[in-house]
Parts: sequence; structure tokens; C-alpha cells
Amino acid sequence: MPLKIIDSFDVYHLSILDENGNIDKKLMPKISEKEIFSLYEFMLLTRIFDDKALKLQRQGRLGTYASMLGQEATIIGSSYALEKKDWMFPSFRESGAYLLRGLSPEKLFMYWGGDERGMFIPKDQNNFPVCIPVATQTLHAVGAAMASNIKNEKTAFLTYFGDGATSEGDFHEAMNFAGVFNAPVVFICQNNQFAISVPRENQTKSKTIAQKAIAYGFQGIQVDGNDVFAVYKATKDALHKARAKKGPTLIECFTYRIGDHTTADDSSKYRAKKELEYWQKKDPILRLRKYMQKNNLWSKNYEDKITKKFTDLIENSVKKYESVKPQDKEEIFKYAYSSMPKKLKEQSDYLKEVGE
Amino acid sequence: MPKLNMVEAINLALKQEMSKDKSIIVLGEDVGIDGGVFRVTEGLLKKFSKSRVIDTPLSESGIVGVSIGLAINGLKPVAEIQFEGFMLPAFDQIVTHAARLRNRSRGRFTVPLVIRSPYGGGIKALEHHSEAPETYYVHSPGLKVVIPSTPYDAKGLLISAIRDPDPVIFFEPKKIYRAIKQEVPEKEYSIEIGKANIVQEGTDVTLITYGSLVRTSLRAVENLKESVEIIDLRTLSPLDVDLIINSVSKTGKVVIVHEAPKTLGLSAEISALINEKALLSLQAPIERVTGFDITIPLPKTEHYYFPDEKRIQMAIKKVMEF
Repeated sequence: MPLKIIDSFDVYHLSILDENGNIDKKLMPKISEKEIFSLYEFMLLTRIFDDKALKLQRQGRLGTYASMLGQEATIIGSSYALEKKDWMFPSFRESGAYLLRGLSPEKLFMYWGGDERGMFIPKDQNNFPVCIPVATQTLHAVGAAMASNIKNEKTAFLTYFGDGATSEGDFHEAMNFAGVFNAPVVFICQNNQFAISVPRENQTKSKTIAQKAIAYGFQGIQVDGNDVFAVYKATKDALHKARAKKGPTLIECFTYRIGDHTTADDSSKYRAKKELEYWQKKDPILRLRKYMQKNNLWSKNYEDKITKKFTDLIENSVKKYESVKPQDKEEIFKYAYSSMPKKLKEQSDYLKEVGE
Repeated sequence: MPKLNMVEAINLALKQEMSKDKSIIVLGEDVGIDGGVFRVTEGLLKKFSKSRVIDTPLSESGIVGVSIGLAINGLKPVAEIQFEGFMLPAFDQIVTHAARLRNRSRGRFTVPLVIRSPYGGGIKALEHHSEAPETYYVHSPGLKVVIPSTPYDAKGLLISAIRDPDPVIFFEPKKIYRAIKQEVPEKEYSIEIGKANIVQEGTDVTLITYGSLVRTSLRAVENLKESVEIIDLRTLSPLDVDLIINSVSKTGKVVIVHEAPKTLGLSAEISALINEKALLSLQAPIERVTGFDITIPLPKTEHYYFPDEKRIQMAIKKVMEF
């Protein structure tokens, strides 16, 4: 009875677009110029939205907000690969993916400003609301994906979470269910290296997050999360595989949180400026711009034109957000149940009676 | 005597107890280099070692589950759960094991564990950052539940909680973390768990409350002609029933104030206890001023949810005019 290897595994890292804007032609996905413009523009829109949200928060015009700065390629490259009928189950750092999938910026400002109506997502958009508790949404995505198997539909499901989430039990339960039930789901880990102050290496002893998929019997891949082509390709392939009922995929997008965890955090307390500077050079938007410049797809005029277009759009949405009619007192009771129980009607009447 | 806010008072209690008792360790998310998201554990990592101030992976169930193991093997863990709304993944470990190991093992294994967590609303935060879930824990046999309302009490109660041989849920009202400064002695003192505090004596009405609403209640009665006795429960489990009944026997009128939802909130249990033990003293139905039976709203409408001075005054008027 010799000691023998009964199985062995490889963990892949995918990178297509380098920091100087050069691509690996063999790995480059089929993508039109129009699509490249779209990717660039959604990343830029995400950054302009993000910048405005941070400014509004500092001025007391928005609540606590989670910035996406530096993670635009991960967020846009992955959500761009979704088809309209596919479903997205985000965490709380994917505002850009909501924008891409059609949610208006004013709704997002409403949500981050503390108005529940911002998370009423129009019925033609297959997006779940923001999920604040870490990793819990991964199970919802798997369940929804299992339902599509049962109903014999060819829809794919994508869920976002961070590196910290991979320590939660729910994440592992989601991965296990996905594997056992061959759920058409794609797990996108935005590995931005930090769960608030705790660095990735203190989160898990694994060398990669991607390799965690191996234990659950399906494929995991690490991609350069600041390379929009790599993220897009890996997600597109994984979604295709999911729709073909060939199993789930875990994609670890290796990126970096340039901003604080949220506006309630001060990251200068726990990380070195040098590290931040190192990652700033890997900026995902700059990288794509370099590629576009090299391929005559970019001009100063184009940049100015789209920047103005998105800045105007965001400024207009701020106006809409700030002029929206406040919720009535009764609104807070309305969505507890399908119909209001007597005790809530009484509580609502009492609140009216209290007056201002 | 130094004037401290609640964050500083709790920090001082941790430092002093940890210096005295080497078996005490602090663990949780961001409690180390970051000093906790509210800075309650600030400076602990520097003062003590990495083996006593532990930044854990992001896993609430993990934090409490391993704390049980740490406790049964001779250490005294003070675990931090970053927000009360995130304690639910750990609820299983708390209720199924921490609270029951003494009973299950007939006293052989005990869990001297403190779980600290910022508690309650009023800071205009995101969802799950403003909850008042105390009833879940009060309802679970084997747990003690403490909610201080001042820096002085926070220090004394935390010291008692750390020294307690049983698991204690220590909820810190985040709304008043930095709102009140008070003289807090450097010297060691403790406040007994299970003892309420009469923060203002009175003869007409007994107002029972805890946490950040003690301050709101004091303000609400400031200019009233009625003489209101305000009881700060400090410990929700076990309740100081004798003190409540003594006061009710004197006033005959009761208002109970809490931010947790009304249904099965602490006010329900307290009302039942008063019915059992002092029914004949009552001169009016007991009034409850509480949160509503809904998910606490996001910041734009959060204020609709909260018991405020006006609602407290209305309740006092109602019991007085009965």
C-alpha cells in the first residue's frame, strides 16, 4: 500500500493588459472597439460617481459611503459580462455595477443618503439590494441559481464579496451548495487586500483565495483585478459555463482598495503610504487609457467630452436626489408585511398623533 | 479626577483589568492596530502583546466559538463584535453553547466570557448598525445582559462583567459613546451586575429605562411639575426586580422606555413582573414608550422610530391623568 498522490491541482492567474497598456494577444478576449469604449466609459462614470459621493459625504449631504476607488476594473469588467437576464447579488462596494445595470445615480445617492426608496430596484433590472452583512448574499445567489436549474432556465447568477467575506461560514456554505447542486453561479471576490484594517494575509493562510474553490469541487481562478480585459474574460467564460450547466466558478480579482473602508474609516492608521503609492501606479482606468492611446481609440477631446457628459449626469442626479420629497411617517410601517397588521396600524396612528 | 467619555472609560477598564489579570485577552475584528472602529480598544495592542490583543479573521461565529474554547481552557476572553447587528452569525455559539455549557457539563465547564458590542441607534448609520436586539439575549437562559448609560457605570460594570464566572453580553450604547463626559476614578471599583440605579428620585411616576434613553428621559422630565423617579436598569438580565417593585409601590404609576421594538421588549417582561408583584399598587395602566415593531429605518427617517422627549412626556401625562 504505497503512499500515493490521488489528486493534484493547479491555480491559475490571468493577466492580459499590463500597466503600460500592452496586451497579451493570445489571451485577449474577442471584444469590439465599441465594447472597449463602453468599458472605459463605465469605469470613468464609476469614478466620477464615487468622487461625488465622497464629496457629498464630507459636506454632510450623504451618509456613510463605501468607495470603489481603484477597483473599477473589477466591478465593471465583471458586471459588463452579465447579460440583462442574468442576476447580480452584490455586497456594498459595487455602486458602479448598479449604474452599469441601469440603476439611476439618484437612486444610489438616495440609498447612501439613508432613504430606503433608493433600493427599490426597477423590475426590469435583475439586481438584488445592497447587502451590508458580510458574505450572507452569496447563499442567496446560490439559492436563486438552484431555482433556475429546477425551473430549467438558462440564466447565470453572479455574486460579489470581499476578501474578508471568505472567513465567514456563509461563504463556505454557499460554495459547498453551489458545488453539490451544480448551481449556475459565479463568485466574484473583490480581493482588495483589506477587511477594514485586517490585511489579506491575516484573513486566510491560503496563498490565494481562488484555490478555495478546489475544496468545493469546482474551478477557481485568480485574475489581475486592475486589468479590465482579464476580469471581463474570466467572468464572461465563467458565466457561459454556468449557463451551459457546467458548474460554478470562483474568480478572485486581485486588486487594491485605494480609499478608506468607508467614510467612517481612517486607513492611514494601519497601512503604509508607500503601499498605497505602489498601487496607485496600477490604476485600472489609466491602464486602459494607455491601451486605447496606443490603438488610436483615445483623444483629449474624447476624454473631455465624456467627462463632461458624466459630470453633468451626476450633478443632475444630485439635484434630483436633494429635491426628492421626504418619506411620510407611514412609509416606515408599510413594508414590514404584505398587509399591515392591526398593531402596526395603531403604532402608525400613534406616531401621527405625536406630531412634529 | 479625570473626565472621561464612555469609550475612554471602557478602554481604561480593559487596560486596568488586563494589567492585573494575565488571563484576560481581547479579540475581534479590527481591535488591534485599528483600536476598534470606535477606538474602544485603542492602545491595547501597544500596551499588551499580539497574543493578548488579537485581530481575528472576519467571522463572528468564529470569534465567539473560539472564545468559548479559550474560556474553557483557562483564559478570560473579552470578545468584540463590531456592531450589534452583526452578532447574529454568532448567536448560535452564544445561545447553543456559551449560555449552556455550565448546565450541560453539570458545572465542569464554564464560560467566563464577555462579549462587548456597540449597541443601538441614533448615529445615522447603514443598515444593521443601529439595532436594539437585547431581548434575544435576555430571553436566553444562562446569559447576563448589561447596558451602561454613563462612563462611570460603563467602567464599573465592565470590570464586574470580566470578573463574572458566566457569559455576559455587554452592550455599549454607541449614541452616547462620546456624548457624555464624567469624572471616572482611576482607582479600581466595580458595579454589581443585577443592580439597577435610581438616577433621580421622585414620588408621582416611576420611569424605567436604560442605555442612551436614560439621558433622554432625564431631559424629558426636567421641567415637568410631576415628581418622576427614574430607574436606570443597568443590567437587563438578571433584572433588579426588588428595586422596581419598591418604586412602583411608592408611585403607583409606571412608564417604561426603550428603543427596542415594543412586542416582547423588556417593557413586556417588566409589566408582567409588576402585575405579579405589585398589581394592587398600580393606579394606572403601565405606559410603554418604545421603538415600533419594524426594521429600524435608515437615517432619513430614523428619528420617527426613536422614543423622544415628547413621547415620554405624553406617556407621563397619560398615566397622571388616568
